[in-house]
Amino acid sequence: MKITVNGEKITLEKAVTVEELLVVTHAETPEYVTVQINDEFVDRSDFTDKLVNDGDTVEYLYFMGGGSL
Amino acid sequence: MISPNANLKGDIMIILKKDQFQSIVEYARGNLPEEACGLLSGYIKNEKRIIEKIYFLTNLDHSPEHFSMDAKEQFAAVKNMRKHGYVLIGNFHSHPSSPSRPSEEDKRLAFDPLMSYLILSLAEKDPILRSFKIENKISSEESINIL
Repeated sequence: MKITVNGEKITLEKAVTVEELLVVTHAETPEYVTVQINDEFVDRSDFTDKLVNDGDTVEYLYFMGGGSL
Repeated sequence: MISPNANLKGDIMIILKKDQFQSIVEYARGNLPEEACGLLSGYIKNEKRIIEKIYFLTNLDHSPEHFSMDAKEQFAAVKNMRKHGYVLIGNFHSHPSSPSRPSEEDKRLAFDPLMSYLILSLAEKDPILRSFKIENKISSEESINIL
């Protein structure tokens, strides 16, 4: 199946969950990643079950935060 | 006003226009006493990271000592960058009353070793902007050239 991840088209042999996609695409620290599929946020608790479908557009980004202390 | 460039460990140079620098300073001052934050986009040419567009984001923490970027705004910014043909180069945040150096929290929450982390200190009369690469909680300074 063909999907778009962070603007890049990729081909996968079979359907994957969001969690698996983060592994396949070498996301670092996936526990701090926020995901959208087709502009809809995916709940972190759904990462293990939510399937990415053919033609989906997936975006993910790292949490960005910090502090001055 | 310009970053001190002592003790640089990398070859990366951030190229920022003077008006872009001013816009970051104004945004940060406008958000006082809270920390301000945003994203920097542009293009990469060898070791140079040329900033073309700055995205000013909401600090969801609304705190003078912490910041968390609004993920919804982050996604919108990244998609907009792509539309312009730019890449995400880094982010910035302000330290209203502490020096321009990564705090322990900054280092702990820096998840992308490819990013440049710019910190603007407003602790002194003149703002100080410095850029850092942070990998495995270790920071090294990058140079900034404000044109």
